[in-house]
Amino acid sequence: MNHHNSSDNNEKNIELNNEGKLKTFFNKDIISKRMNNRILLDKVAKKLFFGSILFALIILVILFYRIGVLSIGWIDLQFLTSNLSIFPEKAGIYGVLIGSFLLMVVVIPVTLLLGISTAIYLEEYAKKGRFQSFVNINISNLAGVPSVIFGLLGLTVFGRLLNLGSSILAGGLTLSLLVLPIIVAAGQEAIRAVPGFLRDGAYAMGATKWTTVRTVVLPSALPGILTGSILAVSRAIGETAPLVVLGIPALILRVPNSLMSDFTALPIQIYYWTLDTVLTPEYANMAAATIVVLLVLLFLLNSVAIVIRNKYQRRY
Amino acid sequence: MLNEKNNNHHQNNIVYDVKKLNLWYGDVLALKDINLTIRENQVTAIIGPSGCGKSTFIKTLNRMVDNIPAVRTSGEVLYYGTNIFSDTLRVEELRTSVGMVFQKPNPFPKSIYENVVYGPKIHGISDKKILSEITETSLKSASLWEEVKDRLHANAYGLSGGQQQRLCIARSLAIQPQVLLMDEPTSALDPIATNKIEELINELKKYYTIVIVTHNMQQAARISDITSFFLSGEVIETDATQKIFTNPNDKKTEDYITGKFG
Ligand SMILES: Nc1ncnc2c1ncn2[C@@H]1O[C@H](COP(=O)(O)OP(=O)(O)O)[C@@H](O)[C@H]1O
Ligand SMILES: [Mg+2]
Repeated sequence: MNHHNSSDNNEKNIELNNEGKLKTFFNKDIISKRMNNRILLDKVAKKLFFGSILFALIILVILFYRIGVLSIGWIDLQFLTSNLSIFPEKAGIYGVLIGSFLLMVVVIPVTLLLGISTAIYLEEYAKKGRFQSFVNINISNLAGVPSVIFGLLGLTVFGRLLNLGSSILAGGLTLSLLVLPIIVAAGQEAIRAVPGFLRDGAYAMGATKWTTVRTVVLPSALPGILTGSILAVSRAIGETAPLVVLGIPALILRVPNSLMSDFTALPIQIYYWTLDTVLTPEYANMAAATIVVLLVLLFLLNSVAIVIRNKYQRRY
Repeated sequence: MLNEKNNNHHQNNIVYDVKKLNLWYGDVLALKDINLTIRENQVTAIIGPSGCGKSTFIKTLNRMVDNIPAVRTSGEVLYYGTNIFSDTLRVEELRTSVGMVFQKPNPFPKSIYENVVYGPKIHGISDKKILSEITETSLKSASLWEEVKDRLHANAYGLSGGQQQRLCIARSLAIQPQVLLMDEPTSALDPIATNKIEELINELKKYYTIVIVTHNMQQAARISDITSFFLSGEVIETDATQKIFTNPNDKKTEDYITGKFG
């Protein structure tokens, strides 16, 4: 009974014209004409978008060209292994590299520990509610705060209040603050991407929250966390402004040997050398050579991040 | 055979005694005044249309509902006489004694071996010999051993859906629970894999108490001793499976099993 009724209704739903054919709703000629316009628009759009990427590429090529010309002949083993000197032909960036390296010795553990812990807390422990969204908004805002401001904060808190001056420790902690929001956000995203049914599997076996995080969530989120961390670290390596604010001396002749030493780092050395090209033209070449070193370093770090991301991308 | 089931279903020890259980998601009452007794070494099937609260109910039995924010409960769920909502009960301990198998197979993205020993390991067993013994026993109990014994260290995601589900059963069995909760364990599987799991459940009930949610009534009829019919968050009727499917007391139960709705 019921069945019959519903099939009758179905037939009525298909509207037919007088000739018993399907009713047509639009004129195919008009559609065809409009299609011409749309295809033209599509071609224009393609050219425009290609133009944008071309613009970016041209700028990049000019940049590489300028740096290449300036630095050619200046990058050699001597440049990498000698210390800073007032004589350009004898100067090298050994101490600068050590400075950047020691900065990372501070930045990496501090940011990983604080950043991943914060991300775990926010995603796994904190109640989803006003507090959590308040903190999340603030973290996004912090990630957008200009780095000079972080420099001022570092100067006030680490440089003056904790009396660390312009040491590697002060610089490292300042840079840590700067990149912490990046790592927290990357960590949160990676943790959020771990499917809930994996956590359920662990909880249902009597795992505590921390056991679940340690054995299920973190292993699955690790590639994402690692990628974010590497990008954050490469941001820290390239930052100049906060270090300038901290008052890093312009010329350091000694290689730093502890976290309390004064230091210079790659980006800041580029900055000082560029400032002084009026006095010593060769400084432009040395700045360019240092830029090449920094770029290679960043390129390597980013490649590692990409390799990790591709290798460990999980599908469930 | 069916008579035998009928005869002894009131004699087995009580595992769960659910009394006046209500559960709210926020303001929405999802379980209404549930009263249900679950007995040892029986398969209790929970049937009912989608959204009637079957999953919610079974997730209450091992307190997995705790993980959903805004869930509130009232009433009592006694597990061997202890109220599982009591402050002194440790939910982790409850879950070592009440295992759970989910609708979609959810092995960890680790090796087959690592999946099985996951529970024993997190509960402090580290002796390699014991762990491999547990692996073999659990996989055999889940009728998976023969199929995987040569590739224990291969990733669990290489297994078929049915094998993954049996691996999840093995993973639960590895910590020797008393109860196994299963929420539509075969709904993501093909008929052959489903059949294997049903045979397995028949075997397991000799040693475990099983609560299974299913919206497949034939499945309930085939494998369960007791069937409880849920509708809109309420228990309409609980009785011997044979009785429910041949001569139910409630008109609504009859309508459901004869396919009038759902
Ligand atoms: N996490 C949740 N939050 C809010 N409501 C839920 C949630 N899970 C289930 N419900 C509601 O509770 C009722 C019972 O759902 P469920 O137990 O999943 O039913 P079943 O397993 O029988 O299909 C449904 O109305 C559903 O919408
Ligand atoms: Mg369900």
